[in-house]
Amino acid sequence: MEAVRGKSVYGGIAIGRVWVFDKGDSTVKRIHIEDTSAEIKRFENAKENAKEQLGALYEKALKEVGEVNAQIFEVHQMMLDDLDYVESIIHMIENQNVNAEYAVAVTGDNFSEMFAAMEDDYMKARAADVKDISNRLVSVLQGDEQGGISGDEPVIIVADDLAPSETVQLDKNKVLAFVTKHGSTNSHTAILARTMNIPALIGVDYPEDIDGKQMVVDGYNGSVYIEPDDATLKKFEDIRNEDRNKQKLLQELKGKDDITKSGRKIKLYANIGTVTDVASVLQNDAAGIGLFRSEFLYLGREDYPSEEEQFQAYKTVAENMAGKKVIIRTLDIGADKKADYFNLEKEENPAMGYRAIRICLTRHDIFKTQLRAIYRAARYGNISIMYPMIISVDEVRQIKKIVKEVKAELDSKQIPYGEVEQGIMIETPAAVMISDLLAKEVEFFSIGTNDLTQYTLAIDRQNPQLDNIYDSHHDAILRMIQMTVDNAHKENCWVGICGELGADTTLTDTFVKMGIDELSVTPSAVLKVREKIRACD
Amino acid sequence: MKEFKYVMTDPQGMHARPAGLFVKEAAACKCNVTISKDGKEVDAKRILGVMGLGIKQGQEIVIKTDGEDEEQASEKLNTFLKENL
Repeated sequence: MEAVRGKSVYGGIAIGRVWVFDKGDSTVKRIHIEDTSAEIKRFENAKENAKEQLGALYEKALKEVGEVNAQIFEVHQMMLDDLDYVESIIHMIENQNVNAEYAVAVTGDNFSEMFAAMEDDYMKARAADVKDISNRLVSVLQGDEQGGISGDEPVIIVADDLAPSETVQLDKNKVLAFVTKHGSTNSHTAILARTMNIPALIGVDYPEDIDGKQMVVDGYNGSVYIEPDDATLKKFEDIRNEDRNKQKLLQELKGKDDITKSGRKIKLYANIGTVTDVASVLQNDAAGIGLFRSEFLYLGREDYPSEEEQFQAYKTVAENMAGKKVIIRTLDIGADKKADYFNLEKEENPAMGYRAIRICLTRHDIFKTQLRAIYRAARYGNISIMYPMIISVDEVRQIKKIVKEVKAELDSKQIPYGEVEQGIMIETPAAVMISDLLAKEVEFFSIGTNDLTQYTLAIDRQNPQLDNIYDSHHDAILRMIQMTVDNAHKENCWVGICGELGADTTLTDTFVKMGIDELSVTPSAVLKVREKIRACD
Repeated sequence: MKEFKYVMTDPQGMHARPAGLFVKEAAACKCNVTISKDGKEVDAKRILGVMGLGIKQGQEIVIKTDGEDEEQASEKLNTFLKENL
C-alpha cells in the first residue's frame, strides 16, 4: 500500500480502479512507406475525422461548459487546416517516405517547440494546443478512441491535469472521483466534482504505473491510498457506507421544517442558473429560490434576449415554484462572464471593472427590459428582485427611480404586473460598511460571500497560487457578516447568504447565532444544511 | 497593394481565439494577406504562423493586402482589429 497526500477540493470517499487519463502520448514508430500518395490520402482522411471529432466536442462543450470554453475547439479545427502544418506533414511523407503518424508527430513537435520557445507565458501554453491536435490525429491514424472509459465499471480518473476539453469527453456515470497532479481549487475539475457530488483531489504527486490499480480516495482528508491493505480498505468502506446511510437519512429530512431546536425558523432556499434547475430545487425540497442568476438568459447567444423571452423564463420559474419565494438577481455580466454583443471594452482588472449594476445604471435600455419582464412575471408567483455589486446609497436611489419609471410605463400601457420585494447583494466591503444606511432603502440583503471574500482579502479567486491563503472563514469575513446582520435588523431588513459559504455546514451554527434569516445553497446541499439547522440550538 | 499599421491594444495580445477569428476574416478575402511584426512577415491566412509572431499589447503590426479585393479587405481587417484587438 502506498499513501499520497494532496489537497481536497470536494469531500467524500471513493473506492475503485484507477483509470489514468492518457493524453495520447502513445509512442509513434517510424515506418518506411512505398506508396506515399496512399499514405497522404490516409492522412487527409484522418484530418477530416479529427475535425469531425472536434466539431462534436464543440457542440458538447457548448452545452456543458459554455461558449467561451467551447471556442478553443474551433481554433483547434483551424490549426488542423493550417497550411504550414499540413504542408509540412505532406512533404515529410513524400520526401522521407515515412508513415503519416510519424510525420504528424514530428511536425507537431516542431511547431510546439516553436511556441514553447516564445517568451510570453500565454503563447508557451499554446504548445499544448499543437500537441493536442497532433495527438488527436495520431490517435485517429492508429484507430483508437480518445477519452472513452473502456469497460462498464465506474473508475477513479487520475490525470496530470484535466482541461474542460478532456472532462467534457468523459461519461459522467462512470466517474467515481477525480485525482490530479496539478489544477486549482477553482479549476473546472473542482467545479465539476461539486456538481457531480463526488470527491476530487488536486496536487497529488502520484507514482507512475498506477493504471488499473485499486485506489481509495479520501476527499475528507485529502489522501489517496494505492493498493490499500485490508484494514485500510475496511476502514474506508465503513466511512463510505456511513456516508451512504447519511445520504439516505437526508432523504428522510424531506418535508421537514428548517427550524432550530429553540424554534427559530430559517429560510432555506436554493441557488439556480437556468429554468431547468427548478427540478432539482423541488427534488431537494428547498423552501424557495434565494438566487436566480439571470445571466444565463444573456450568455451564449448573439443578441440581447427580448422582454418576452425573459418574461416567459421568469414566469415559468415562478409558476413552478407555486407561490414559494423566487429571488431574481438582475444581470451580473462583466468580470468573468462575457457576451460579445454587449461590446464591453477589454479591461485590465475586470473583477473590479464595468460589470453588473454598473452596466445597468449606464445602459437603461437593457436594465428596463429586464425589470419590465420581472415585474410582469411577478403576477404569476412570489418574485423578489435583488441588485448585484452595490457600493452606495446613491446607486440604490437611482435604481428606485428607474423602477418607478418602469412601473409608470407599464401603467400607462395598461400592462398588468405584480408587486416585487426589493433587495440588494452585499458583496463589496463598501456595502458592508454602509449597511446601516442601505438597510433603510431596501427590504432585504443577500450576502454574496464569494465576491465579498475576494474583495475583502484582496485575493483574485481565479489565481491558483493564492488558493492556500484564500480563507473564506477569515475573521474579517465573519465580522463583516455580523455587522451586516446587526445593521439590517435595526431597520427590519432581513438578511440571507447566497454565496458558497452558505452551504458550509461547519458554519451553519455560527450563522444561526449571528442572526442570519436565510441561507441559499446549491440544490444538492439543501438537505445537508437542513439537518444542521435542525441540530442548532 | 494596400497596407496599414495597427498597434495591438488587447492586454492579452493576439491570443488563440482572436487569432482564430482574425485568420477566418483573412481567409475570406480573395487577395493575398500578410501580417508582419518587426520585419517578420507571415501569411495571415495561416493560424500557426500568425500565432507564432507572438504579437503582444503595444506592438505594431503591418497588414498588407494584394490582389483583386485589396481595398475592401484592408478596410474589413482594419475594422476587425479595432473592434476586437
